[in-house]
Amino acid sequence: MLKFIDTVGEAVAGIKDGSTVMIGGFGNAGQPFELIDALLDSGATDLTVVNNNAGQGDQGLALLIKEGRVRKMICSFPRQSDSWHFDAKYKAGEIELELVPQGNLAERIRAAGAGIGGFFTPTGYGTMLAEGKHTRLLDGKWQVFETPIHADVALIKALKADGKGNLVYRKTARNFGPIMAAAAKHTIVQVSEIVPTGALDPENVVTPGIYVNSIVKVA
Amino acid sequence: MSTQTSTKPLGRDDLARLVARDIAPGSFVNLGIGQPTLVSNYLTEEQNITLHTENGMLGMGPEAKGEEIDGDLINAGKIPVTELPGASYFHHADSFAIMRGGHLDICVLGAFQVSATGDLANWHTGAPDAIPAVGGAMDLATGAKDVFVMMTLLTRDGVSKLVDTCSYPLTGVGCVTRVYTDKAVFLIAPDGVSVRETFGCTFEELQELVPVPLKAAGAVVGL
Repeated sequence: MLKFIDTVGEAVAGIKDGSTVMIGGFGNAGQPFELIDALLDSGATDLTVVNNNAGQGDQGLALLIKEGRVRKMICSFPRQSDSWHFDAKYKAGEIELELVPQGNLAERIRAAGAGIGGFFTPTGYGTMLAEGKHTRLLDGKWQVFETPIHADVALIKALKADGKGNLVYRKTARNFGPIMAAAAKHTIVQVSEIVPTGALDPENVVTPGIYVNSIVKVA
Repeated sequence: MSTQTSTKPLGRDDLARLVARDIAPGSFVNLGIGQPTLVSNYLTEEQNITLHTENGMLGMGPEAKGEEIDGDLINAGKIPVTELPGASYFHHADSFAIMRGGHLDICVLGAFQVSATGDLANWHTGAPDAIPAVGGAMDLATGAKDVFVMMTLLTRDGVSKLVDTCSYPLTGVGCVTRVYTDKAVFLIAPDGVSVRETFGCTFEELQELVPVPLKAAGAVVGL
């Protein structure tokens, strides 16, 4: 049942300790800062977080990591010039890291949403990120077996939602939003604008409302 | 040797100009972060190249300046960019399907090392205290039809980065087809490494620097 919720605090209130939480965004583009801040305020802890990065600067996911709420990061690119909170936790041995090539990360998220039990991909073959994984020679290429990444909750950012929960995004802020919306059991979306049902051209809907559970407008 | 086309080693911009000139008209291209990004400065309108950025866009334009800067429009290096007419946006799984599916003609990447069989090492030094970060490097190395590497031939300590076997952790196996360096352009094929042209050194001088048997392009080993 789709719900329109008044505040980000209420939107994230159901997230339990120990949850796996997908957070949209690539760098700051598409990162749902207000939902992340609300998750920080909620006190939920022992989280596994799936994001491309591991937080930048002193905001959003970086703060969640700083406050020790994240037990494990699943990401492709944790180390950046301003990822000091992750760097400190990692070096102190206080956060677990599952490093995944970016395209494998995306496809593993997509696979979860699409009900795929796993897939073979040439990406990563022969590298340390494929160590211990099942490999096969398929179509003349060595390929690595990768499994889906499921989540309890996805926090994503879109530009607009209509009354049915259909979403459109803006430019490269789309990034992980559509696939995370499909992969999580419960998808919470912050949008800049809620438009009446029928106001979005069905030909241009990017994420159909079936994948969306909660919508909150953020000014 | 007739392979020498310049009396001096090439600078970063000259090398970028050379790579740009070698990209076939109408190609779909991904330029890696860092030095490869310079290539975009030398692509001409007549070439009609479409640039892909793995965070979800085809038709990427130049870096955004001043009022053009839009936080929702960035490239894979998280730098604000612009969109060209005919651009398209797509989600991350589609963006990497474009790579993995073999739809990109060329990607241009930097490297720590390239082996004689085209293995690439460009993501991790392997140092025990380094925080590993891979991003799209492995996907790019594996997916494009051609993988061009741009790098200096030698490390700061004067050691060749074109090697028999990579000592750094691998990014991809047998994926590199061409290596552009300040001293030479190398072509990597199943029958070995050939030198297309040299800059500021002769073929023989180049062979002294590189611990891999080299062939002059179109010639036989030992010439």
